[in-house]
Amino acid sequence: MLLHVTMIVFCPTVNDAVKVRMEGGVLDECEASADVLLSDTMDQYRTFQMCERLLHSPAKLANQLLFQIPPHRQTVLIERYYAFDDAFVREVLGKKLSKGTKKDLDDISAKTGVTLKSCRRQFDNFKRVFKVVEELKGPLVENIRQHFLLSDKLARDYAAIVFFTNNRFETGKRKLQYLTFQDFAFCAGQLINNWTVGAVDNMVEDMDVDLDKEFLQELKELKILITDKDLLDQHKSLVCTALRGKTKAFNEMEANFKNLSRGLVNIAAKLTNTKDVRDFFIDLVEKFIEPCRSDRWTAADMKLYLTHYTNSAHILDTFKHQVVWDRYMGVIKSCIFKMYHD
Amino acid sequence: MPGKLKAKIVAGRHLPVMDRASDLTDAFVEVKFGNTTFKTDVCHKSLNPQWNSEWFKFEVDDEDLQDEPLQITVLDHDTYSANDAIGKVYIDIDPLLCTEAASVISGWFPIYDTIHGIRGEINVLVKVELFNDLNRFRQSSCGVKFFCTTSIPRCYRAAMVHGFVEELVVNEDPEYQWIDRIRTPRASNEARQRLISLMSGELQRKIGLKVLEMGGNAVVGYLQCFDLEGESGLVVRAIGTACTLDKVSSGSAPNTNTHVHPNTAPASNACNSPSKDGKEPVFGEDLPSSSGPPTPFRALPTSSSSPPPFSPSKPCSRQSSSSDTDLSLTPKTVEPKPVRCRPGIFLCPSSPTLSTDTLSLPGSGSVGCGHGLSSAPRATTPPPPSSIHSDCALLRKSVSFTEDLLLAASGMGSGGSAGKEAGPLKTLLRQHTQTALEQRGASSSGLLLNAREFPFFTLTSFPPGFLVHVGGVVSARSVKLLDRIHNPALGNTRSYKLLDWNSVTADEPETRDAWWEEIRQEIKSHAKALGCHAVVGYSESTSICEEVCILSASGTAAILNPRYMREGCLDIGSTDHRFEDPSPPSCGFCHIPYDELNMPFPAQLTYCYHCRRQKVPDVLFTTIDLPSEAAVTGKGCLIQARLCRLKKKAQGEVNATAISNLLPFMEYELHTQLMNKLKLRNMNALFGLHIQISVGENMLLGLASATGVYLTALPAPGGIQIAGKTPGDLSNEHHILTIQKRINDTIAKNKELYQINPPELTEEGLGSPIPEPRQRSRLFRSHSESSDELSELDLSHGKKDAFVLEIDDTDAVEDIHSLLTDAPPPTGFYSCNTEIMPGIYNWTSGIQMFTSVRVFRLSNANLTNQGLNKIFTDLCENLLKSFYFKLRSMIPCCLCHLNFTVAVPEEELIQVAVTAVAMTFDKDQAQEKPAEKPINKGSSENEEQLQFPLELCADVSSANTQPSSKVSGVPESTNVSSRAASVDYGSFADRCSTWLELLRLKAHTIRRGSVKTISSLERCSPLPEGRSRSLRSSRSFGGSSVTVVKMTPLSFLPGIRIIKYLGIINMFFIRETTSLREEGGVSGFLHSFIAEVFAMVRAHVAALGGNAVVSYSMKECVLMENPNKNQAQCLINVSGDAVICVRETDQEPTASMTNIGQTCCSANDGAT
Repeated sequence: MLLHVTMIVFCPTVNDAVKVRMEGGVLDECEASADVLLSDTMDQYRTFQMCERLLHSPAKLANQLLFQIPPHRQTVLIERYYAFDDAFVREVLGKKLSKGTKKDLDDISAKTGVTLKSCRRQFDNFKRVFKVVEELKGPLVENIRQHFLLSDKLARDYAAIVFFTNNRFETGKRKLQYLTFQDFAFCAGQLINNWTVGAVDNMVEDMDVDLDKEFLQELKELKILITDKDLLDQHKSLVCTALRGKTKAFNEMEANFKNLSRGLVNIAAKLTNTKDVRDFFIDLVEKFIEPCRSDRWTAADMKLYLTHYTNSAHILDTFKHQVVWDRYMGVIKSCIFKMYHD
Repeated sequence: MPGKLKAKIVAGRHLPVMDRASDLTDAFVEVKFGNTTFKTDVCHKSLNPQWNSEWFKFEVDDEDLQDEPLQITVLDHDTYSANDAIGKVYIDIDPLLCTEAASVISGWFPIYDTIHGIRGEINVLVKVELFNDLNRFRQSSCGVKFFCTTSIPRCYRAAMVHGFVEELVVNEDPEYQWIDRIRTPRASNEARQRLISLMSGELQRKIGLKVLEMGGNAVVGYLQCFDLEGESGLVVRAIGTACTLDKVSSGSAPNTNTHVHPNTAPASNACNSPSKDGKEPVFGEDLPSSSGPPTPFRALPTSSSSPPPFSPSKPCSRQSSSSDTDLSLTPKTVEPKPVRCRPGIFLCPSSPTLSTDTLSLPGSGSVGCGHGLSSAPRATTPPPPSSIHSDCALLRKSVSFTEDLLLAASGMGSGGSAGKEAGPLKTLLRQHTQTALEQRGASSSGLLLNAREFPFFTLTSFPPGFLVHVGGVVSARSVKLLDRIHNPALGNTRSYKLLDWNSVTADEPETRDAWWEEIRQEIKSHAKALGCHAVVGYSESTSICEEVCILSASGTAAILNPRYMREGCLDIGSTDHRFEDPSPPSCGFCHIPYDELNMPFPAQLTYCYHCRRQKVPDVLFTTIDLPSEAAVTGKGCLIQARLCRLKKKAQGEVNATAISNLLPFMEYELHTQLMNKLKLRNMNALFGLHIQISVGENMLLGLASATGVYLTALPAPGGIQIAGKTPGDLSNEHHILTIQKRINDTIAKNKELYQINPPELTEEGLGSPIPEPRQRSRLFRSHSESSDELSELDLSHGKKDAFVLEIDDTDAVEDIHSLLTDAPPPTGFYSCNTEIMPGIYNWTSGIQMFTSVRVFRLSNANLTNQGLNKIFTDLCENLLKSFYFKLRSMIPCCLCHLNFTVAVPEEELIQVAVTAVAMTFDKDQAQEKPAEKPINKGSSENEEQLQFPLELCADVSSANTQPSSKVSGVPESTNVSSRAASVDYGSFADRCSTWLELLRLKAHTIRRGSVKTISSLERCSPLPEGRSRSLRSSRSFGGSSVTVVKMTPLSFLPGIRIIKYLGIINMFFIRETTSLREEGGVSGFLHSFIAEVFAMVRAHVAALGGNAVVSYSMKECVLMENPNKNQAQCLINVSGDAVICVRETDQEPTASMTNIGQTCCSANDGAT
């Protein structure tokens, strides 16, 4: 008779929970008195308290003896306990999960409207997951799923959080405010799947949480696309030929091509610096998304442009770094698609 | 040296961090049995150590096997300082000593610490090898089966019911020993736990001996209690019903084990089990036990020079060991029925098939008065009749006679018999006097001594035809002062020494056994007065406060069918004629057993409404369950009478006197309340009546619970008529009229509620009621109800005679108000305190057991009796209400076996503990459930839908075919959860995955309901594909799975067949805390403790190979708190029968459902 975990998690005190339940009309339904409701709620909080310890390492839940919880309920319990608010996670995404951040939770709570208790739980969950999988080898999502018995979806979200935390991506800037957690989670998924060591070779003993250093080095080679004048012009004409007549924003595209291309390639070239990795998303927005948006590109325009921009590079005779280019642009493309909205 | 105990420590898991520096633990294990200790290696730096130890072997006496628990201590190795204890596990070996029970104990046990609670788990393997030692002088009783169940266990057939067995053992309470001042609370708690475990073991062994002596092979309705008498010690006592049980289903020979041949005479069970050499008790003294120093607690059962008159069997059991030999002679034939006749060997007199003349046994030439002793012959050692009645010389001779027959004589025979000469003689004499006094009719047939001293039966339900007539409730109470009755033997032995109560002889009247005997005698005489020769549904209890102790016993006087009894077990005599007149089964038990012209108390008799041939009383009170064949109109309901009486604080005798003066009034009032409430519900019989009176320093609490029903055979109850004492007063009259109207309305409403529509009977057919002064009481008790001043007014309500209530003072008005304040259970709920609800037959498989403890702190304000009554009543009512609320998702359901226990642990505290089970049933009308409610009703609506009640709803979905809105309309889950749970989680991945598919559906539905208000859930709606795969893999991640163990206070599980009883679970735990606030106050403390107790019970059952506990009960829950010191201590004693069960359709044993024992505790600390 555990009250819904979410309920408990969302109601910081028993009294709040009682109030919420009362407003919901439980009492009318069952001819019960407020006392009964209060004691029932207390019972549930106590049960939850005992359960919470187990939830910290969900694997224990399956073979502990204190509670007999049928597997499907275990799943639901874990899932609910590890659920989080997008509003909250958006605030801490990419931040160090330190004591300092934890101290600021009351501000976050005030800002997001998520109760402090819930903020703490979510924060602790993030930190717990982070600590466990940080040093683990193998695929990140799978590790999370194994250790915390989370659903695939939730495990992916946690993987995104861990990934962001580990690389300290900046997400808090004003310009990034319009992006939701799910946008970031999607991007994280792209990065994890394509830019980490594990992405290339599953057997590699390395971890999923760090970007592939070699790849980042190789990205420097892409600079030729903007430093070599011929190549740049050639690239531009190829793209423009392909785009002509297919979009209303053609003129803007043509006019901005060099700027945009420089923007993207520069981002690639700088990723060897940890500092620039952190600014990856802000750079994407500043260097590419914002100019496009001010030119009123539609999402379709964006898609069209990036597709041709990527493909045209393959036709360039002198451009030898096709593999790196694809690996880079594949991620950039999908990230920008996801991020290109209001 | 008849047994070898083997234990193997496999692994540990989830151990606590003992080394702060490394966040790890260096664990090792000590395995101790008796005085021998083994240690495992230290498993360094692991919270999940794998010891995989060798087999530790203990070579021990079977007596020790029965008494001692295997003690496993997990410690943290510390190089420099003392090793820290992590916790302990006590394992009761007893189930392994019985062939038909478990053969191995293997599983994960919670490691328990009395201060910290459960700290991880340990995997242990335990086996026992018993040697077939044919020693005749055994003190052990391996092989006797024990059942808490108060009916014949489901897979057995009662070949014979032998009757009452009782025993008690006394010791000092370690908590009150001088050493307690210098040892830690942990050490003290552990000493207590161990002692009680030992004492329970010994008690069980001794009862087993008695059973064997009587020729039985099992104890049914085994009820063990302990009395914490403080300074004066600790008493563990038990009662039960000795039976000879045959396994039903097995056409095959169930006995393959070496040490028992179960299917020979009941006696054989014991005789083949190893026995003990050379432990001849010396009269009046405690013998050093053979195990000597290792078991300081155990004293040998000392035979007394003057055995208590009521257990004539005792002395002879000790001395004559001849039957061992007989049985060892018996060919190990396996027959479905006990073998009664072995040529050349005299029969065990207890054999069920014996007719009256069986006692004149072949081979025993002299059958004289000897029957006296054979009345309670021990199966294992039935003394040859010839020896018994004769003097000691004869006895000795008889022993040698039997020795001739010995195959494997241990050579102890002569020594043994020599020692005892005095014993049997005295017994004999005693019995002679006894018989002379009793003047039983049966004496003429030479059977007089066969009549059991106490024809009591702890059973509450019986095989059809067993119960012939029921007389009514008989009860007796007595108030005793504890300090005055210091057990002399206790007083001068400062050492741990268990005292057999027999060692304190009958010349020492002030002993506990004497008290009980006194009470039992009283009960017996009450039963006799009711014309009954037996008492069924018998139970005993105590309530202790400081040095005052109230002893209570109650039961139902009845006439039983002698067919099932051992010969002479009952004093049938003159009542014989009744059996020639078979009554229809559905009403026979209602017919009065007493003589209608010479009634023990005034009652109104009518002809039975069913058969019209015999007389029935107007109201029937019983302590038993409703017989299955009884015809009932409508449904039953729980009826409770609650009462508080203040008393002055006093000491010693004054206090005892005050209490005993109060008792009759309390009983009277409780009875009146019960009667009124019964009438108010338009019912005419009470079943399962249990009256508990608890004593506190400044008050007495009385709580009577019963299940009211309308027995079709009994006359319809009249209404309740209110009468004013001072007619003429207009305002008063008006008042009375309003009350009368309310009462009439309530009765009408209740009639409808409980669907009581008795067929209208024409008065002519009934014959006129026998004109007899009406009396309210059918409850027969020692205190006469002289205070009953009922008016003879023949006011009528409808056609029937009305029950008159007089309003003459404010008290009466209060009473009537309280009468009307009892709220009926909400729609869809029924409640009863019997096993099942009379009138409901279509149980579905959903069950949910729960235990709730509520502690109420009274304010210091000057309380009145009325005020207290109100508080107490509200407390009970609120408890019930909270159950209804918590269980609302199980509707339609019935709360069965509601077992209330009240206590006054401290001056201002009232503690009520309830254990019950909610069972769902199929209700035709249930189809018309309100349709889905609008979702946007608010978050709490969602909460209702989303609620995945950890405990409660576990079964709901599996039980219900009608999705109520609360189960969030997921009929898919219906079969799902039950199926899923039926497998050992995780071990059947394929099953799991199909089940997961369905689960997803469910999750889906749940979410849909929730998104409206809980935004965080929005994103995680439908689960992506591949989820089942991931989960499946994750399941295996955690390692082994946990067997689901169902728990129920009932003797059965609906829709489930019990295929094997594995043994009795009898566990005692102490939990103490010095950080009460941090653990959530008393509520949090109790809540987690009870949850831990459940976990440990389940673990032990699972380790025995079982998947359910039936007849579970929490016998004791003693809470002591000291909020100022931030401390609390709690003692809990639980018991039940571990079983393997299958769903009725299945062949393979499976845990067919998940059921989680659930706890809820609330302490309204200082609520007022």
